[in-house]
Amino acid sequence: MQELTQQLFNGLIWGGVYALIALGYTMVYGVLRLINFAHGDVYMVGAYLAFFTIAALGSSASSIAGVATVFLTAMAGCAVLGLTIERVAYRPVRNAPRLTALITAIGVSLFLENGGQLLFGPNPRAFPQILTARHVLSLAGVSVSSLQIAIIATVVILLLLLELLVHKTKVGMAMRAVSYNRSVASLMGINTDHIIAFTFALGSALAAVAGILVGLYTGTIEPLMGLLPGLKAFIAAVLGGIGSIPGAMLGGFVLGMAEVLVVAVGYSTYRDAIAFALLVLILLLRPTGLLGTGTVEKV
Amino acid sequence: MSLCVLKNMPQLATETANLKPSRSSGGTRTFLKTVLLIVAIALALACLDPLLSNRELFSPYAFRILMLIGINITLAVSLNLVNGLAGQFSIGHAGFMAVGAYTSAALTYYVMGYPHGGILSTLWILAAMIVGGVAGGIAGFLVGIPSLRLRGDYLAIVTLGFGEIIRIIILNVDAVGGPRGFSGIPYLTSFFWVWSTALGTIALSRNLVTSTHGRALMAIREDEVAAQAFGINTVRYKVAAFVLSSSLAAVAGVLYAHYDTYLNPSSFGFIRSFEVIIMVILGGMGSTSGAVAGAVIVTLLPELLRAAAAVRMLLYSALLIALMLLRPQGIMGHRELSWKQIQSLFLRQRRRAKA
Repeated sequence: MQELTQQLFNGLIWGGVYALIALGYTMVYGVLRLINFAHGDVYMVGAYLAFFTIAALGSSASSIAGVATVFLTAMAGCAVLGLTIERVAYRPVRNAPRLTALITAIGVSLFLENGGQLLFGPNPRAFPQILTARHVLSLAGVSVSSLQIAIIATVVILLLLLELLVHKTKVGMAMRAVSYNRSVASLMGINTDHIIAFTFALGSALAAVAGILVGLYTGTIEPLMGLLPGLKAFIAAVLGGIGSIPGAMLGGFVLGMAEVLVVAVGYSTYRDAIAFALLVLILLLRPTGLLGTGTVEKV
Repeated sequence: MSLCVLKNMPQLATETANLKPSRSSGGTRTFLKTVLLIVAIALALACLDPLLSNRELFSPYAFRILMLIGINITLAVSLNLVNGLAGQFSIGHAGFMAVGAYTSAALTYYVMGYPHGGILSTLWILAAMIVGGVAGGIAGFLVGIPSLRLRGDYLAIVTLGFGEIIRIIILNVDAVGGPRGFSGIPYLTSFFWVWSTALGTIALSRNLVTSTHGRALMAIREDEVAAQAFGINTVRYKVAAFVLSSSLAAVAGVLYAHYDTYLNPSSFGFIRSFEVIIMVILGGMGSTSGAVAGAVIVTLLPELLRAAAAVRMLLYSALLIALMLLRPQGIMGHRELSWKQIQSLFLRQRRRAKA
């Protein structure tokens, strides 16, 4: 039982990471109806940007200001990357058939993966531990490190901030309007180009945070690290109901838990398959996801 | 809906007009002609086989590329049946290739053993191809039944998921080597089998396009709801196309397994699936000759770019993006290359030369 609780706690961390990446998928899908395949690779770039920022900062990286600089640099860098991808690759095909956009997204993803391998080298690198305090405290027999608490706190705070942004601000209202109906939103005086660009920047910044958190948690980063987590985060978004922000969070946590449960039961080699199995199940039983609302196909 | 149908009508009409109904008319004579043609091609391939496999006459490197082109043509043309003809975007093709490769390799390795003598190895590879193809078809059926209820993005991601699940399952089967890979598979593939499969797949695909079934698939591609309204059993057609496509991919996998004699699950990941998709898209989705062209280009390109091996995949992806932005319909679009066109092209040039 104790071991199971411990495993579930570990699942919470991966779940949080999936949730952060899934938000990017779900927001972009909301406004563009596009699976942004490259999103997982933006997360990888975020981790590398943090890696190089830490290297540039040297020993001052572990101070509070240093950590803040690392996070902000990576987030800003990824936001710019997200904007560039949207502008160069996705905007020209925005009104093309959806398959064209999907293939473009696959192309961008492959481009970032291979560009990453070329630029950063194909080998994994050790991610410096800038959050060194690793006091282990025990909660009801479950050992918890301060890093884990920091990760979960970061995820929860970001999720709450995002909820506030989407529901309480003007930009958030515009985002919701665009996702509801793009052409009507533009008739209401919303600059849809700006809102879509903003959505990409926001999602990419969140992915950068996820990349840093995973770098800190696992201690290594590599150019293909975005491949599987990216796919799994997309699955998390579908699981919760694509287009729904609370759904992405729920889906992320459910997926994280499901994965550690599979490992706990003793099928660790099937860990990567469970996500896809869940995806198949949810699409067959409830295609709109756990929290999604159904759409009626109009002809 | 009606608007949508009308909008697509001219395109469909031109396409159907391009497909001359030559096969439906004619009787015994055309049938005889077809049989003779098949026999002639088979004989030609069989004669070429010993020439090309001779290491002194033909370099092993060139032979390898020739074999890979044949296998890739089979893969691309079979994927085009689902992605291009039926318009259902599947990205799990490598999974079905793996099913064929692994089941047939297990069969030849564990059950049949090394064949002794020429005629026996012919029987062996034929049995492997049949078993692999059937296994791939069954896998395609099992995957297709649930996933083809979905459309567009969702179908894409589910087929990707199934492809990965197949790979992970193989990774966990120790009898076929698991992550170490499966080595010691008997070498059974020959130039004859690879290229007769490739040509057979092309012929099958082209005949399908001109048939009622092919038209039904095209109607589903253009507008699924309208196709349904016209009485086409869309689910049945989609699943049938999917089964056929995965079965052919599995046969390509069989040929690959018994050519390379070594299999590794990592070579059947979704990078492999994407490679086949790039072939189909580059050539033009929905065009068989486009798929062939795409397969040839994508197989030759890395060899020509050997000096730039490091940036090869980067170039691929840049090519894919550029293609989508500049010419999303691919090289051929929906059109087909036919002998008549080539003939008329030559005639026109000759006429021009005379004038």
